Amino acid sequence: MTTTITAACTECDAPITFDRPPLNGQVVRCADCGAELEVTNTDPIRLELAPEVEEDWGE
Amino acid sequence: MRIAMTYTRLRTEERMLLDAFEGTGATVEPIDVRTESFDIDDPGRWSGYDLVLDRCVSLRASMTISHVLERFGLRCVNRAETIEVCSDKLRTSLALSAAGLPQPRTRVAVEEPGAIEAAEQIGYPAVMKPTVGSWGRLLARVNDRDAAEAVIEHRATLGSSQQQVHYVQEYVAKPNADFRVFVVGGDPIAAIVRRSEHWVTNTARGAKAEGVAVNGELADLSRRAAEAVRGDVVAIDLFEHPERGLLVNEVNHSMEFRNSVDTTGVDIPGVVAQHVCGLVESARAVAS
Repeated sequence: MTTTITAACTECDAPITFDRPPLNGQVVRCADCGAELEVTNTDPIRLELAPEVEEDWGE
Repeated sequence: MRIAMTYTRLRTEERMLLDAFEGTGATVEPIDVRTESFDIDDPGRWSGYDLVLDRCVSLRASMTISHVLERFGLRCVNRAETIEVCSDKLRTSLALSAAGLPQPRTRVAVEEPGAIEAAEQIGYPAVMKPTVGSWGRLLARVNDRDAAEAVIEHRATLGSSQQQVHYVQEYVAKPNADFRVFVVGGDPIAAIVRRSEHWVTNTARGAKAEGVAVNGELADLSRRAAEAVRGDVVAIDLFEHPERGLLVNEVNHSMEFRNSVDTTGVDIPGVVAQHVCGLVESARAVAS
């Protein structure tokens, strides 16, 4: 049996659900408002607005 | 078999890779390296891993950590050397040139007068790129000397010292399409063609992609480009010159593939996982 974990979007308060335990640094998109959020703590779960692209990011 | 997957941001690609390792028999531990520090004389818990799969979106993190872990004898995918070469467009161009691979004509200069000369020699329109950067950021197509002087002045005023390396390439009038070939363990496993109304045909900039057969010259050049940078898991960008045929434009060491699995029908993360496990098994066979 899988446990669904839920947190609230920091921008619009809509529920964000995880069907697996989230990991630090995981990026999720809010289905309601489209905000890109990053998991910054897993226990208890905390979401923050994901950072914009930084200069040394890429492929 | 224990594999560490290092990351700075766990994106869809990293999730797909974690899923792909399920059933391979390998234990994969995702490690957020932003909270790690490393003793350069003592590997500590890192000695418990057979291989490190680098998936850091931050180039600084990728390069730093792969150098440290290779110091401990850990096999990194990609190698620090590959990351160094692929992250610097000039070093990539030099590696491709040394391997005799076709690429756009390229000149480089370290000061403003030389940069103007480079653009004049290449001819207009020319493309000016920072040597370090990704996702099509800060690329400039300069149509004349005035535009070249403006870009060079902006770089001198606003940029870091790295921005003072002036890398100038010929502009190739592409038929609004270019190719990306995914190469894993030396094998070109999948390819997409990207089309865009904009001259920068990068999916991070909104280009549309579709699958394309990877064979013939496309496969051959991609294989050789990966070899030129000693890349384990790399994505090669190529486009077609109207007279010279296919040219290699870039080699990416930390490839993104989330939109290319359905497009190509190839399980790209699955192939990467199999390759990584194969590397560990080969190393064990040699050691025994």
